[in-house]
Amino acid sequence: MHRNKVVHPMTEITFRTRNLTKTYISGAVEVQALRGVDFEAEAGEFLVILGPSGSGKSTFLNIVGGLDQPTSGEVWFQDHELSRMSERELTLYRRDHVGFVFQFYNLVPSLTARENVALVTDIARKPMQPEEALDLVGLTPRMDHFPAQLSGGEQQRVAIARAIAKRPEVLLCDEPTGALDSKTGILVLEALLKVNIEIGATTLVITHNVAIQEIAHRVIQFADGRIAATHTIAERKPASAIHW
Amino acid sequence: MRALNRKLLRDLVRMWPQALAIALVMASGAATLILGVGSHGSLAETRAIYYERNRFADVFADVTRAPNILAEEIAHIPGVAAVETRIAKIALLDIPGMAEPASAMFVSIPHLREQRLNLLHLRSGRLPIAGDEREVVVSEPFALAHKFDIGSSFEAILNGRKRTFRIVGTALSPEFIYALGPWDLMPDDRRFGIVWMSEPALAGAFDLTGAFSSVHVKLLHDASESEVIDRLDQMLTRYGGLGAYGRRDQTSHAFLDAELQQLEAMSRVLPPIFLIVAAFLVNMTLSRLISLEREQIGLLKAIGYGSWAVGVHYMQFVSVIALVGAAIGAVAGTWLGVGLTRLYGDFFHFPFLVFRMDPGVYLIAAGVTVTAAVLGALKAVRDVVGLPPAVAMTPPAPAQYRRLLLPIVYSLLRLPQTFIMAARHLLRWPVRTLSSLLGIAASVAILVGSLWSFGSVDYMIDVTFHRADRQDATINFVRERPESALWNVMNLPGVLRAEPYRSIPVKIRNGNVERRIAVVGKPPGTDLSRVLDRSLRPVRLPETGIALSVALADILKAKVGDLVEVELLERDRRRVDLPVTAIIEGYMGLMAYMDIAEANRLMHEGSMISGAHIAFDSQRQDELFQTLKETPTASFIALQRVSLQKFRDTIAENIFIMVTMYVSLAVVIAFGVVYNFARISLSEQGREIASLRVLGFTRGEVSSILLSELAVVTLLAQPLGWILGYALAALSVWAFESELYRVPLILEPYVYATGSLLVIAAAIVSGLIVRRRIDRLDLIEVLKTRE
Repeated sequence: MHRNKVVHPMTEITFRTRNLTKTYISGAVEVQALRGVDFEAEAGEFLVILGPSGSGKSTFLNIVGGLDQPTSGEVWFQDHELSRMSERELTLYRRDHVGFVFQFYNLVPSLTARENVALVTDIARKPMQPEEALDLVGLTPRMDHFPAQLSGGEQQRVAIARAIAKRPEVLLCDEPTGALDSKTGILVLEALLKVNIEIGATTLVITHNVAIQEIAHRVIQFADGRIAATHTIAERKPASAIHW
Repeated sequence: MRALNRKLLRDLVRMWPQALAIALVMASGAATLILGVGSHGSLAETRAIYYERNRFADVFADVTRAPNILAEEIAHIPGVAAVETRIAKIALLDIPGMAEPASAMFVSIPHLREQRLNLLHLRSGRLPIAGDEREVVVSEPFALAHKFDIGSSFEAILNGRKRTFRIVGTALSPEFIYALGPWDLMPDDRRFGIVWMSEPALAGAFDLTGAFSSVHVKLLHDASESEVIDRLDQMLTRYGGLGAYGRRDQTSHAFLDAELQQLEAMSRVLPPIFLIVAAFLVNMTLSRLISLEREQIGLLKAIGYGSWAVGVHYMQFVSVIALVGAAIGAVAGTWLGVGLTRLYGDFFHFPFLVFRMDPGVYLIAAGVTVTAAVLGALKAVRDVVGLPPAVAMTPPAPAQYRRLLLPIVYSLLRLPQTFIMAARHLLRWPVRTLSSLLGIAASVAILVGSLWSFGSVDYMIDVTFHRADRQDATINFVRERPESALWNVMNLPGVLRAEPYRSIPVKIRNGNVERRIAVVGKPPGTDLSRVLDRSLRPVRLPETGIALSVALADILKAKVGDLVEVELLERDRRRVDLPVTAIIEGYMGLMAYMDIAEANRLMHEGSMISGAHIAFDSQRQDELFQTLKETPTASFIALQRVSLQKFRDTIAENIFIMVTMYVSLAVVIAFGVVYNFARISLSEQGREIASLRVLGFTRGEVSSILLSELAVVTLLAQPLGWILGYALAALSVWAFESELYRVPLILEPYVYATGSLLVIAAAIVSGLIVRRRIDRLDLIEVLKTRE
C-alpha cells in the first residue's frame, strides 16, 4: 500500500465507509451495534468521536482499526477494502498502518518504556527510533523505567509513543484520557496533537468527554449505531486551553 | 447446594483441562502405588498360601546316599515338624522331535503313603501307580512346552540306562515355581522339566533302594533354622551330605524373592516422584487461580465469610482434583496390578493367583494424594486468606520486573523484545519456573531411569556370553571323572574344542558372613570360558588362592590379599584358609574360581573333572546332540546359545512391558507440567499477547513469546533430568541387586537422547494445544477490561 495514492483530486481520503452495519449475536439476543454508518476521514484530520455508551463508537473504531469485520457494508482504507481482507491481511494492515492507544495503556509490564516502543519498531517497515518516539511525547528522561515505575499519564504517553513509532497513517485512540485526571489527560492530549501535526497521521479519538471536542478538526456524534451529527470546529483550541 | 459449593463446581468445570492434567499426574502416583503394593501383596500372598497349602519345606539337604531309617532320627531334631526323604536326580532326556538334548529333575513320590512336604498340585491325570517303573507325572509347563498329553511318552538315561516313560499326569510343585535348569539363566520349560515317579522305581534305577538322596524338613514356628541346619549337617556328613540350607538358598524361592523385592522397590521409588510433581502443579495452578480471584475473596470476606471458610473452599477445590486423581489411579492401578500379577503368575508357575488388593492401600493412596494436593495449595491459600478484605478487594500491586543487565548490554546483544519479555517473565516467578523445570526434569528422569535397562542388559549379555562364557555348550558329568574323560568329549562329533572344569560345593566364610557356593576350578589360560577382571581383561588364575566375583567379595567384605575360609561340603569337610588373589567381573550369581590343579589338591584328589565347556561345529550339531542324548555319563547339557536366546526373549518382554509403563507415566508428567505452565503463563500474559496482536503482531509472533518460555524451561530441564535419571538408574541397580544377579549401570548417550526427545515431543504437543487458545484470543474483549 502506498501512502501517496490519490483517491480524490483535492484531498486524500484515509477512511471511507458505506452503509456499515454490525450485529452481535449473543445467545438468543441480537445486538445491532452499527446500523448503517457512512463516514469519511481525510488524511491528517484530527477527529473526536462522541457518544453515549453503546452508541457504537467503539465497534466503529474496531472495524476501521482492522480488529473486527462488519456484518455488511464497506470499509475502505485509502484504496484497500478492509471488509474484504483476510485475518492475515488485517494483521499486516494493523502492523504497517495503524497506531492504537487504549484507555488502559496495555503496556507490557516486563519491558521498559523504550523496550515497549522497540517492540513495535522491531517489526515495522520504516519506524523511527524508539528514543525519537519517546522524545515526541516528552518521556526521554523516563525511558528506562518499567511501566510499574511510571504514572498513569506517563504510561499513556509511552503507549502513544509506541503507537506512533511506526509512523502510522492512522492513530486510533479509545478513551485515551479515560483513566487519567484532568491535568495528566491534557498532557496526553497535547502529545496526541503534537504527533498529529508532526507525522500527519489521521487521528480518531473516542471519548465521553465533551470538553475534548474543542481540540478537533471535526466532531462526529454517534447515537444508536448511527452517526447522529457531524460538525466542524471553526476555532480549534490548544489542549492547554481546555479543562474538565 | 450452597453458593460456595456451586462456585467450586463451576470453577472445576471451567478449568477442567488443567484440573485433569493435574489429576492425571496424581493418578500416576496413586496407580504406581496401588500397582506396586497390590501386585507385590498379591504375589506374596499367593506364594504364602501356596507354600502353606502344599507344605513347602523350610530346610533342604542333598546327600549321596543315606538310609531311610535316618528320617526318624532327623524327625527327632528339636524344632523339626515334618521330614520328607526322597530321591532327586538330574538326567538327560531324549524327546521325540526335539534335536537338542533336554534334561529333567527326577523326583520320587513316596511309596504307599501320602507326601508329607512339597505336595504335588495335580493339574491333570493321576499319580503313578505305586512301584510302576514306566508311569510318571511331569511338570505342567514342561508338558505344555512339548504339547504332551496324558499317554505321551519320552526316553531318558537314568544311571546310564535308557528307559521309556509314559505320562499319566501333570502337576505343579511349590518347590519348582521357578524351575531353573543347571547352568541356565532363565527357566526354559522346553529344555528343563520335573519328572515325578514312584519311589521304588526311581530307587531301583539309581541303586538307592532303602535310601534317599535328598531330605526336606519343615520347621516348627519357633524353631531356629541355623540350629536345625547344624544338626542335619552333623547327621548327614557321613552320608555325603552337601550341607543343608534354608529357603534363602533354594533356587525357586530365591528367584521369587528377588522378583518380589524389585516390585517392592518400584512401589517405594515411583509414587513419591509423581506426588511431589503433583504438589508443585497444584501450587502453580492454585496460586494463579487465587490471584485471579483475589477480588472475589475480598468480597467474600467483606460480606462475612471467615478466613477459614474461604481457605476451606480452596482446599476443597484441590481435594476434589486429588480425589478424582486417586480414583483414576485406583482403577488404573488395580487394572495394571491384576495384569502384572497375571504376568508374573504366567512366568512363575502358580496353580492359582490370589488378587489381594488391600482396601488399606486405596485409603493410603487417596490419603497421600490429597495430602500432596493440600500441601501444594497451602502457601497459595495462606497468602491470600490472611489479607484484610479491603486490601484483597483492590487489585494486586503490578508485578515488579527488574532489568538483569545494563541497558548497553541489551543494545549490544540486540535481543528481540519478545525474547526479553519471555526471559523476564520466567525470572519474575522463579518458584513456578523452578517447579516446572523440576517437573519436566522428573519426567526425563523417569525415562532415563527406565530406558537404560535395554543397554544394560545388552552389556550384561556381551560380558557374559561374548567375553566370559563363550562356549557353545557345557556338558556336566553325572559324577567327577578322570581328566582323560576330556578326550572322550573332544572325540564327540563336531566338537572343535573342549575345556575341563571342576566344580566343588563349599561354604565360603569371612568373619560372620557365610555363603554356599560352588567353586569352579579351571585350567590356566582358558579360551572358551574365561575369567575376566573388572576391566574385562582375561585373568590367568594363579596356582594358589581363590578369585571372587565382585558381588561375592562385597558380601564377604573381602579384598585382594585377605584370607577367606573355605569349608568343603564333600569328602572330609575340611576347612582351609585361602588368599583372595583377584576380584573378577560377573553379573550372574556369586562366583569363585581357582586353578583346577589347586582345586583337585584341595579335594585330595588326582586330576578329576566335573564336566567340560565345548565349542562345536554348528554344521554337525544334530549329530552331536544325537550322540550326547545317548551318552550315559552326562547328567545334563547346558546350551549357552539357546539359553542366551531365551534370556533375551524373556528379559526383552519384561523390560518392554515395564518401559511402556514408564514412558506413559513420564509423558503424563511432561504433558501435565508443560500444559499447566503454559496455561498459567497465557492467563497472565493474555492481555499483553492480545495487545501485541492489535499492534500488528501475527499469531506466530505472539505464540513464539509463550512457546519460547516453554522451550527455555523444557530445554533447561534436560540436563537436570539426565542427572536425576542417572540417580534413579543407580537407585534401581541398587534395589534390583540380589545375590542371584547384578545389573551393570550402563547409560549410553542414546538413553539420554531418547528420554529428552520423548519429553520434548510431549511438551510440543501441549504447547500446540495452548497455541490454539492464543489463536482464538478475543482481541477486543481483552482490551476493554482492566485486569
